Amino acid sequence: MALSTEEVRRIAALARLRLSPEEETRLAGELSAILDYVRQLEELDVSGVEPMTHALAAGETPFREDAVLPGLSPEEALANAPARAGTCFQVPRIIE
Amino acid sequence: MSAPGILERSLTDLAQALSRREVSSEEITAACLSRIEATDGKLHAFLRVAPERSLAAARASDARRARGEARSRLDGVPIALKDIFLTKGLETTCGSRILEGFVPPFDSTVVERLEAAGTVVVGKLNMDEFAMGSSNENSAFGPCRNPWDLERTPGGSSGGSAAAVAARQVFGAFGTDTGGSIRQPASLCGVVGVKPTYGRVSRYGVIAFASSLDQVGPIARTVPDAAALLGAVAGHDPRDQTSSPLPVPDYLAGLEDGARGLRIGVPREWLQGGSEAGVERRVREALSAYEAMGATLVDVELPHSKYGVAAYYLVAPAEASSNLARYDGVRFGLRAPARALGDMYGETRDRGFGAEPKRRIMLGTYALSAGYYDAYYLRAQKVRTLVRRDFDRAFERCDLVAGPVSPTVAFRLGEKVADPLQMYLADVFTISCNLAALPGLSVPAGIHPESKLPIGLQLVGRPFDETTLLRAARALEREMGPSPAPEAVG
Repeated sequence: MALSTEEVRRIAALARLRLSPEEETRLAGELSAILDYVRQLEELDVSGVEPMTHALAAGETPFREDAVLPGLSPEEALANAPARAGTCFQVPRIIE
Repeated sequence: MSAPGILERSLTDLAQALSRREVSSEEITAACLSRIEATDGKLHAFLRVAPERSLAAARASDARRARGEARSRLDGVPIALKDIFLTKGLETTCGSRILEGFVPPFDSTVVERLEAAGTVVVGKLNMDEFAMGSSNENSAFGPCRNPWDLERTPGGSSGGSAAAVAARQVFGAFGTDTGGSIRQPASLCGVVGVKPTYGRVSRYGVIAFASSLDQVGPIARTVPDAAALLGAVAGHDPRDQTSSPLPVPDYLAGLEDGARGLRIGVPREWLQGGSEAGVERRVREALSAYEAMGATLVDVELPHSKYGVAAYYLVAPAEASSNLARYDGVRFGLRAPARALGDMYGETRDRGFGAEPKRRIMLGTYALSAGYYDAYYLRAQKVRTLVRRDFDRAFERCDLVAGPVSPTVAFRLGEKVADPLQMYLADVFTISCNLAALPGLSVPAGIHPESKLPIGLQLVGRPFDETTLLRAARALEREMGPSPAPEAVG
């Protein structure tokens, strides 16, 4: 299945990736080849098969109590922030 | 004890020597650090070495031992961690530029447990970016090399972990395995690598790749070493909702019981000429060795395993595209300068991610996007059910299944980088174990007759039955005798 560069651009926008024109062309080819390969799953009759949505069966892992536990202090949480203002993460303007 | 003498010993041997106070943790740690210093220029197994921190930890361990207060039998043993485990105060990059300079504010549960056991972490190991790759060539910081042949890959994504252990830089390491990332490098480097059952080891504080597949496990030079390391970290963690509350058995108990009476399933599909001749020959020899030791070989079928790679390359990228959405330049890691928020996201992710994460984010975003979800992600999850059912059926007739880990010995650096699909097929035998959430391991099964490179045997077992896998692997290890040491790094 051939993926067009327009489609690649649409997916990149969904994924918040800015790609160069060269990357778009390369990815269109690579993704098309991978999608052709995974197409072999269409050979299988999966009607009536439950999807494996969890790797462990339901009930195999318990829920914990919804209790307040110690977490990071604001200083620890902000220690890796590229930019901060007081105890907030700072980002570029959203509204002009 | 001389430094080379120390480095040749197994982790369990050394733990005994430490408990008898024949050697100090400081001496051992210093020997590892010198070995790393002398060899890592060629090997590049480490992204970061922490000499002061590890020597301080070693001295603290020696002090505990002197007071008779050892935390565990592993107290003072130097190990290293794939750079995917968060280590408080020690930079953690996951092999990516987007996390360069990131200093975690907390430890992963694995790290906490290793510290509680008294082990000494000497540094962080090289890996494919975000654990995506089978050759370590996707590391943003340059590839690790194979200590058997420096022109070849150590495998991936836990390539640094396997190479460091094989090259005698450390006595054990931890990696993660999403589609083969512990077993394949262990096979290619001639060491033991264990991927436990999904849910056996906590992933809290382990950087997520594909959350329904990721699992943590040890890499070591011997099976008892791997068993001891697994025992130190396994068990329930309330901070990981997928962590199983099942009790952890003593993995060293019964380890020497041999292979007599074991029923070993041999999947027809795994030995149909899909591997290079030398690999298949060593695997068949290992199976004959098991028969000679009193095990029974049983023909089994895994008819859906051939669809594993296809199902995996929908499930794993889909989950990765979601997990990697958090790298947006806001709270940690790289931020590209931009005037508007949307531009900041796009620029940051363009500069921060290498080609493979981008490829998988794109593939996963596509597979999850409106109109494609049923055809791709949902269908792949149904195929996962079929893959698991194959194993369940096989385990009605056998205790474990055995086959190759990797279809080839270590391949040359650069050999597969231009063709992502060829790289993905390096995991053709390891992926179905992850899809089925089962435990698997790689144990050395000899040396390729021509290339003189190591070959691993893969064993896959029933859920939470790591004990049988380790016992079977130990039987083969004893039969084969000690593995030779690689010589390419001197």
